[in-house]
Amino acid sequence: MSAGSSRESLSSGPNNGLNNRRSTVNRLSADNVTLAYDQRVIAEQLSVEIPDNSFTVIVGPNACGKSTLLRALSRMLKPSQGRVLLDGQVIQSMPAKKVARTLGLLPQSSIAPDGITVADLVGRGRYPHQGILRQWSTEDERVVQESMEQTGVAELADRYVDELSGGQRQRVWIAMALAQQTPLLLLDEPTTYLDIQHQIDVLDLCAELHEEQGRTLVAVLHDLNHAARYATHLIALRGGQIIAEGAPNDIVTAELVEEVFGLRCQVIDDPETGTPLVVPAARKAREQVKKDQVTKVAATEAS
Amino acid sequence: MKTAVKSEAKSAGKAAGKAGRAVRAPGGLSVRLDVRALTVVVLLLLAALAASVVLIGTGDFPITAGDVLRTLGGDGNAGQEFIVNELRLPRVLVGLLVGASLGLGGALFQALSRNPLGSPDILGLGQGATAGALVVIVLFSGNAAQVTVGALVGGLATGLAIYLLAWKRGVHGYRLVLVGIGMSAIMTAVNGYLLTKADLVDAARAVVWMTGSLSGRDWAQVWPMLALCAVLVPLVLAHARGLRMMEMGDDVSYALGVRVERVRLLLMLAAVLLTAAATAAAGPVSFVALTAPQLARRLTRSPGPNLLPSLCMGATLLVTADWVSQRVFGADQMPVGVVTGVLGGVYLLWLLVTERRAGRI
Amino acid sequence: MPPTRRALRAVGLLVSVLILVVVAMASIAIGAKQLSMGEVWHGLFESSGTYGDVVVDDRISRTVLGLLAGAALGLAGAVLQALTRNPLADPGLLGINAGASAAVVTAITFFGVTSLSGYVWFAFLGAAAVGAMVWFLGGSRGATPVRLALAGTAISAALYGYLQAVMITDDAALNKMRFWTVGSLSSATDETITQVLPFLLAGTVLALALARPLNAMEMGDDTAKALGANLNRTRVLSMLAATVLCGAATAACGPIVFVGLMVPHVVRSFTGPDLRWILPYAAVLSPVLLLGADVLGRIVARPSELQVGIVTAILGGPVFIFLVRRRRTAQL
Repeated sequence: MSAGSSRESLSSGPNNGLNNRRSTVNRLSADNVTLAYDQRVIAEQLSVEIPDNSFTVIVGPNACGKSTLLRALSRMLKPSQGRVLLDGQVIQSMPAKKVARTLGLLPQSSIAPDGITVADLVGRGRYPHQGILRQWSTEDERVVQESMEQTGVAELADRYVDELSGGQRQRVWIAMALAQQTPLLLLDEPTTYLDIQHQIDVLDLCAELHEEQGRTLVAVLHDLNHAARYATHLIALRGGQIIAEGAPNDIVTAELVEEVFGLRCQVIDDPETGTPLVVPAARKAREQVKKDQVTKVAATEAS
Repeated sequence: MKTAVKSEAKSAGKAAGKAGRAVRAPGGLSVRLDVRALTVVVLLLLAALAASVVLIGTGDFPITAGDVLRTLGGDGNAGQEFIVNELRLPRVLVGLLVGASLGLGGALFQALSRNPLGSPDILGLGQGATAGALVVIVLFSGNAAQVTVGALVGGLATGLAIYLLAWKRGVHGYRLVLVGIGMSAIMTAVNGYLLTKADLVDAARAVVWMTGSLSGRDWAQVWPMLALCAVLVPLVLAHARGLRMMEMGDDVSYALGVRVERVRLLLMLAAVLLTAAATAAAGPVSFVALTAPQLARRLTRSPGPNLLPSLCMGATLLVTADWVSQRVFGADQMPVGVVTGVLGGVYLLWLLVTERRAGRI
Repeated sequence: MPPTRRALRAVGLLVSVLILVVVAMASIAIGAKQLSMGEVWHGLFESSGTYGDVVVDDRISRTVLGLLAGAALGLAGAVLQALTRNPLADPGLLGINAGASAAVVTAITFFGVTSLSGYVWFAFLGAAAVGAMVWFLGGSRGATPVRLALAGTAISAALYGYLQAVMITDDAALNKMRFWTVGSLSSATDETITQVLPFLLAGTVLALALARPLNAMEMGDDTAKALGANLNRTRVLSMLAATVLCGAATAACGPIVFVGLMVPHVVRSFTGPDLRWILPYAAVLSPVLLLGADVLGRIVARPSELQVGIVTAILGGPVFIFLVRRRRTAQL
């Protein structure tokens, strides 16, 4: 595939972007960025490459900076130092609509305007392709219809968004992001608040977009097992630093999970897909430090 | 009960589905038309014009609607011509322009602050303009023109102060409303103080001004208002699509390529100018800015800021209110602000009573 | 809550009470005739009819009214903000000021009432009537915060229209109203206080009792239901408490804006969202603001004075804006 998987996975330790002069062949990358809200620094000198045509998933414990990184990549947050590059250009310096035609974002919280219908909301995703004299072309109509069909909300087209269930609503928002027709799509915790079936629905949809349409996807996910199953490229963050990145099969180990999440576990093969499956150690096992060794042995055996 | 709600929702859904129609021309041109909103705009415009004609005919010297139209067409007798063209037409035009500005300004503020109560009345712009006017009336006993200037300066200064005070890496809707409420309270206190310091004659004059009145307005008020609207209305409408996106939150609209801060600054500036100018021309006519967008929204049943319908609704509301005031209290007995307050309030109440579907406010 | 924090809050409350005592003493001592602390003491506890004692006696009524009205406004504001889940909610927004004002102007113009103690009942009834109307028009059982606020605004709109109409046509009413609407403590008499005292006390008790159910309500209707709160009862009682408190305070001093809006806001920034702390703090700190403003009004415009409503707004406004700015947007 691309740079991501061919590169040796940077197994552990702080990722020092200064020494590691990265190529800029990938469309989206962060170069030595320092990210901060007001005075609170979330990450310092962080460098990230999003491999083209990958389904990249960012994982890490709460407050590790994963959403912040995604906000920076999607130009919602301006780095206080360093820069985010899109197609070799500093993202902040590009025209807003041009970026919006290349890179879409599904934020964690979005507000559906009162009394808006599904079709209308999805249609709003066409904004970057429209102008004063080109407000609603046949192309717009076709793309909106397509996006709704892909996400399975076409039959809801005339319903009000506020009447829908959580799972339906999330699919509507994804449809809106799809209607934007961007080769790059960033999703901030798209499965939060959904039940397991809808979580899988959404992730299947993402995988489909990635595999069949060749879009580059970047998602922040809570569930490590989902991440390991669906991602082609995994970035593990902790305390604003990249602990490891690479294909899930290469990097997900019990040691890594313990280092990133502070959780003792086994990593076994997923019986369905063969991807790594993280099984937290039983409560008693975690309490007994002496059994530590046993767990580790089991983990290495399993992998 | 439940089924009733459901069927209502269904029919409304169908209406919304039909609403978004596109008109396309060869060469890639396409314009999106919301049929219902367009109908509302046209009907409101007709209502405003009809009310204007009736209003011109109303007064100590009544003129029939036919005569009014004839005179406006340049075909009336000399007496009617003087009354219509010199006395009543400019007043009605000021009413239309002020109402339109307040309606549009109110819709902008409500959309920008994402709060149905985020109207210039509540954000303190009206109070700021009033403070400017009261300073002129109470401290300098100034004439009408000076009062207008005072109000304009007061309104603009307050608007600027609110924006600057609310600015902190961008203007957040909620912070805007809260800062506005703070400013509003300060200005109300200043106004109260000025009123207690005034002698009774000035105080009476101040109260009339504070109510908002169209009496005695002439061509000198029409031209500046018209020029301002001619510049600002197209500018605002050109940014309406960006504002529509901003309803979905800053993140989503930014991701869609809307320059959120720039659009907000521009529209805010336009809203402040519109409101301050309208207030300077007619006084802080109460509740037009608050109710017009709400009423327009009910009629169009469409999400989005409903800018054009709000504008038309404001104009219709103000001119109709002026006509009601003339009919009920006699010519120039009661400022129009009294009626807009009562009418707007009662209509909003009626809506609340009839509209049982909670959450659609 | 960790015990240390609870101790800290308790100590803070105690300190607030001490501040209130100091401000109350100052309110008795400071004015056109300056009194020493000795004279204040003499007037308070060993009154023998000297000139100083008379002044003290006069200022006691004013101070007591300030204490009561301040506490009432603060409590009402805190309750309304929790009830509507809207930091913008203040008595003005729910139309209570408009109701009181419209009733007072009616009393002056149509019933020929001229004494301040005569206004009190009208103002109180006006406020209560509007409170009830807002409740029913807001959808009573189905009341949502936005509906309540819209109903309040709508009723205010109609009533202010009426108020202005009367003031424009009746110069005498205008002359009275322009002094009444700024809000002042200077008119306080023992009679006014006895008139409103029962309502203020009942309202205070009710408001304090509502702390727990309101805490549950603040997390949203569903969570509150899940926690076993009786939503309707809490809503009705909250409206009742707020209306009674605010109506009585407004009846006695005229509409004093901003105390009820600002103090709970400020209090919330250091107590957190727990109403069991917000309410007592608001009850203690609101009179501090009100009396402090009253004293200041007497100092800056000596020998005349600035009405307390004007001072609270001019002082409170900038503080409020400063607080709004200091907060992170996420917390707003």
